[in-house]
Amino acid sequence: MAAHSFRFKPWNVGRWLIWGLFALGLAVAPLLWQSGFALTMLSQIGIAIVACLAYNVLLGQGGMLSFGHAVYSGLGSFLAIHTLNMASAGQLALPVSLVPLVGGVAGLFFAALLGYVTTKKAGTTFAMITLGIGELVWSMSLMLPEFFGGEGGVTGNRVVGKPLLGISFGPQIQVYYLIAVYCFVCTVAMFAVTRTPLGRMLNAVRDNPERVEFIGYSTQRVRFIAFMISGFFAGIAGGLGALNFEIVTAEVVGAARSGAYLLFVFLGGATFFFGPIIGAVLMVVALVLLSEWTKAWLLYLGLIFLFMVMYAPGGVASLIMMNLRVAAYGKLRRLWVAYLALAGTSLGVLGGIAVMIEMVYHVQLNPALGPQMTLLGATLDARGLDSWFGAAFVVLISGALFELTRRSFQRQWGDVQEEIEREIKRREALT
Amino acid sequence: MDQLVINLLNGISSGLLLFMLSSGLTLIFSMMGVLNFAHASFYLLGAYFAYTLTGLVGFWPALLLAPLLAGAAGALFERSALRRVHKFGHVPELLITFGLSYVILELVQLVWGRSTVPFAAPAALEGPAFTLIQSASHGFSLVWGVAPPELCSAAGDICSRFPRTRAFMMAVALLMLLAVWLLLTRTRIGLVIQAALTHPEMAESLGHNVPRVFMLVFGSGCALAGLAGVIGGITFVTEPNMAAIGPIIFAVIVIGGMGSLPGAFLGSLLVGLLQTMPLTIDKSLVDLAARVGWIVDAGNWLYPVLKITLAQAAPILPYLLLVLILIFRPKGLLGTREG
Repeated sequence: MAAHSFRFKPWNVGRWLIWGLFALGLAVAPLLWQSGFALTMLSQIGIAIVACLAYNVLLGQGGMLSFGHAVYSGLGSFLAIHTLNMASAGQLALPVSLVPLVGGVAGLFFAALLGYVTTKKAGTTFAMITLGIGELVWSMSLMLPEFFGGEGGVTGNRVVGKPLLGISFGPQIQVYYLIAVYCFVCTVAMFAVTRTPLGRMLNAVRDNPERVEFIGYSTQRVRFIAFMISGFFAGIAGGLGALNFEIVTAEVVGAARSGAYLLFVFLGGATFFFGPIIGAVLMVVALVLLSEWTKAWLLYLGLIFLFMVMYAPGGVASLIMMNLRVAAYGKLRRLWVAYLALAGTSLGVLGGIAVMIEMVYHVQLNPALGPQMTLLGATLDARGLDSWFGAAFVVLISGALFELTRRSFQRQWGDVQEEIEREIKRREALT
Repeated sequence: MDQLVINLLNGISSGLLLFMLSSGLTLIFSMMGVLNFAHASFYLLGAYFAYTLTGLVGFWPALLLAPLLAGAAGALFERSALRRVHKFGHVPELLITFGLSYVILELVQLVWGRSTVPFAAPAALEGPAFTLIQSASHGFSLVWGVAPPELCSAAGDICSRFPRTRAFMMAVALLMLLAVWLLLTRTRIGLVIQAALTHPEMAESLGHNVPRVFMLVFGSGCALAGLAGVIGGITFVTEPNMAAIGPIIFAVIVIGGMGSLPGAFLGSLLVGLLQTMPLTIDKSLVDLAARVGWIVDAGNWLYPVLKITLAQAAPILPYLLLVLILIFRPKGLLGTREG
């Protein structure tokens, strides 16, 4: 029956455009930022995108909060680097470009092994068990130096054999393009998974597990399959990381890495497919740049996360989508003054708080350098009353202004949303 | 023999410390459905508060004040942050406490520094509580306090000391257990808490302020963690790394059964013993294999795994137990709820 009926399927221009832009962005990015540092950042962003999207198969699509996902990317890294070393030693004929797949298979294997236990539960219990499994593997990494390389980690060399078509994977740019290809293919694959019946069942398991059980599906099996998919892609990210850094240390399976996946996927926005991509960019920027600028970066990160959970549980992606909706109805113009005021006052609050935090850190960590410190070009006396008073003054004044602008913004925002709702109703009535 | 007794006591005291933490966590979880990821952070806070207060008012007032401060911090957090995300569901609640754990850890490092602080037990708790003497001539005996040196100096005599801080830890934990149990079952506020636990709407319509009860429970749970922190601080080292106990207490409450206080008690003792007892056994599976006639030498590919001694494997045993429990008894030892 269905085979005979003809369905009109127009070419989905928007989708092709977005994927084309994504591929173009991956291809062009190293041409725009050509320095060696930018290239390493871009490579890491490519890896982080795969890892964060893999994590979001659990968090966003399956509603499973994992505190130990670094286990799968990390074990993928270790098996990939051991495979690379075997290929270097000539024991294994495997092209370097396929090494990340070995990591993926390793991630899949361990996700199947450990996921069988963890996915027996959902919700908070699942979270705790993943935490326990993460600690288990982390402790194992200290006990088995033969596999995990102990303190120094396992090193490798990604230049194996003769160059093929001039590609030896020695220069960073070649590795970047390998990462870009994997990143694009994995992103497409993971997006495709969300469109399959399995992906839809996974959403159903997230939203209403009881009903899914009544229909006759096993929620545990759906979770288990999703867990294995996620482990596979996390393993690919791990394998790419092994190729990129040519060294794998035990910290890749550690709790800090798992925590970073969770934090940044959430900040990026777990409820949208593209949210983790934003999260991945933020993650690399924070881990590489922010941690260089300030020692207090974990504190900032924690505070931002707290406020995000309280006020924008959909992450950056949801903020973007909400404003896109406003823009689609042509009402963004009315809000931009309020946005400017909000940005200005919140900059004052954050700046003042940051100055105070930096001063405390300076006093705590660099007592030998004396109370003088420079922050963004200005010299501050970290023990002086004037700099503290100034900072507190800025925080108080801009805090008060922020509250005022926030109230008027909230009113405007509410008005705009109401108008949009009315407009939607009107259009529905017309059709 | 004497070493075994000391080990057993060490294991039980570690278990009781774990129980001080896991009881608060269980209380919060079973009441509010919130898994407090930052529970170990309040343990950390308790230790550091007590360290500062000891310098100001002495140890014994600090023992009382530090948990109260930690509890107040917890209540403040519940009032200002946790209550806001309550309507979003359990995963955001878990996430916000996860964020809090980052913030508290960084704040502690900001205020007290990244290295250890010298937080010592008061003079009354220094030294051994009792000494076990395994004498070649007199057999086995027990002396309260420090044994006279002449008893330990003779050849073949072994003296094992049990520190007073550990004994104090056991005493405080047991007193706390008793107090919590009496509070929950014998007082009016305990009855309200129990009512709010099972029937929040009914308790609310009878005129009880359920959100305030929740705040109280969250604060009390954090205070219990703070109390454990004071005891842990004087017994072990006071450092930011203390918060690493977190995953263990989560393992404990899954092993014991989510939301079950007796389960948390059993799980704590089990995990405490499991962490401590194997530390003295320097035997590995290679030795076991040799016992049954299978010689595994360095050439065998299984050797790196099998050569790990039980003492080395002690840190992973609680997690292995967790995995085994999940496979064979998914609701935990004394748990009642599935899923």
